[in-house]
Amino acid sequence: MFRNVAEVLKGMWITFKSMFEGTVTTQYPEVKRPVRHRFKGRHVLKRYDNGLEKCIGCSLCAAACPADAIFVEASENTDETRYSPGERYASTYEINMLRCIYCGYCEDACPTEAIVLGDNYELSFVDRSQSIYTREMLLEPVAPGGKTTPQQVQPGLFNRSIPVMENPD
Amino acid sequence: MDWAVILEWVIKSVILLAVLVTGFAYTTFYERRLLARIQVRVGPNRAGPFGFLQPAADGIKLIFKEELIPAAAYKTIFILAPILTVLPALVITAVVPWGGSIELFGRAIPMSISDINVGILYILSVASISVYGIVLAGWSSNNKYAMLGGLRSSAQMLSYELALGLAFVGPMLIAGSMSLTEIVDAQRGIWFIVYQPLGAFIFYVSMLAEVNRAPFDMPEAEQELTAGYHTEYSGMKFALFFMGEYIKMIAVSAIFASLFLGGYRGPFVEQFPLLGPLYLLIKIAASLGIMIWIRATLPRLRYDRLMAFGWKVLLPLSLLNIFLTAVVIVLLDL
Repeated sequence: MFRNVAEVLKGMWITFKSMFEGTVTTQYPEVKRPVRHRFKGRHVLKRYDNGLEKCIGCSLCAAACPADAIFVEASENTDETRYSPGERYASTYEINMLRCIYCGYCEDACPTEAIVLGDNYELSFVDRSQSIYTREMLLEPVAPGGKTTPQQVQPGLFNRSIPVMENPD
Repeated sequence: MDWAVILEWVIKSVILLAVLVTGFAYTTFYERRLLARIQVRVGPNRAGPFGFLQPAADGIKLIFKEELIPAAAYKTIFILAPILTVLPALVITAVVPWGGSIELFGRAIPMSISDINVGILYILSVASISVYGIVLAGWSSNNKYAMLGGLRSSAQMLSYELALGLAFVGPMLIAGSMSLTEIVDAQRGIWFIVYQPLGAFIFYVSMLAEVNRAPFDMPEAEQELTAGYHTEYSGMKFALFFMGEYIKMIAVSAIFASLFLGGYRGPFVEQFPLLGPLYLLIKIAASLGIMIWIRATLPRLRYDRLMAFGWKVLLPLSLLNIFLTAVVIVLLDL
């Protein structure tokens, strides 16, 4: 019995010490903990450094998507209104965030590395129609001072859909 | 009996009830914050500065919740049960002295609702009534989990009431009185916890069982009984059970402080009687803090071990305590 009492006192001492240990809580809306390097959050449609969109509207992401969450509709680029290199660009790009399972297959399927699962996890909405994220919401913002799309470019400059990659790996 | 006495009682009762109900709200807050600290969390800190408005927010939420009464429940008793749990918890504090007496409007007003000479018997009898609330709640819900919770509560109450009653005897013998005011007065020099460490320990343990606190929270075991006797309760009726439990925690802490920790006594209380309630509040807060600390540490006891502990350890120990106290008093001829 005395051993039991000693055990209880030992436990009490541990909880007493933990009272002065400080807290591990992150005060969430004010302080945000950075996500891990390989975190899969909300999708981002990337741009090239010159402001052109990487997405060429090939729909491979939609084909790879196991949840059928992605809808892509492509349109023709012209040199007067150029959105992306090559012939076509995604004029409609919608992801239904209620369907998306954040598997990242779209990322793998993308030939131009246009779609990337980013670090944004604050995906709450109050209406089901709000769960559909459009192209404008997903596109990466243009760097300050950079050019946005559509751009007017010199003819013959951007006729390759998939750029030459220096480091294929 | 003139009207001034009745008015005085009414005013004192209203003040005490207000203090207890506010105390209930802030005990929940105190518990949540302290428990969070022990678990290396922060606890509720969003509503108002430091989360001080959290109890108000909880109260408003509970008021607007739907009041469900199961179709198979015994309606009258189902409604009566929460009331039966809260009332004794409120009434029990009537005999606790909150201070000496203060001079107001040419009258000496003692800071307790009443100073009856059988205060301890009053406490014991009233404290046992609240078990009816729990048993009736369990029975009238017509739910097996609730029923089991109610049964456990009554069995637990039976086995710990004895030790609790016997733990009262120590201070009673030393003070030579059953009135709480006189027991507190007898602790002018040294607190009774010094003379009665075993008695204080037995009292504290049985007190935890009496208010169904961890590690004796068998009647409301969330894991195996889905919250036990208040499974079927919702809204304000559920809040009343909570209120009953927390007010009872405050009440038994006040009684513990009066019996063993010198009650409202402390430095300079003779010169400034208004310090009395403050000292008592500090002692209550310390006692509540230990209750919360115990809750954060110890797991729930198994049912048979709980009974065995009550009957085979606490009861003999409390008898031994009475025997030793009585022998010492006779030998020293106090």
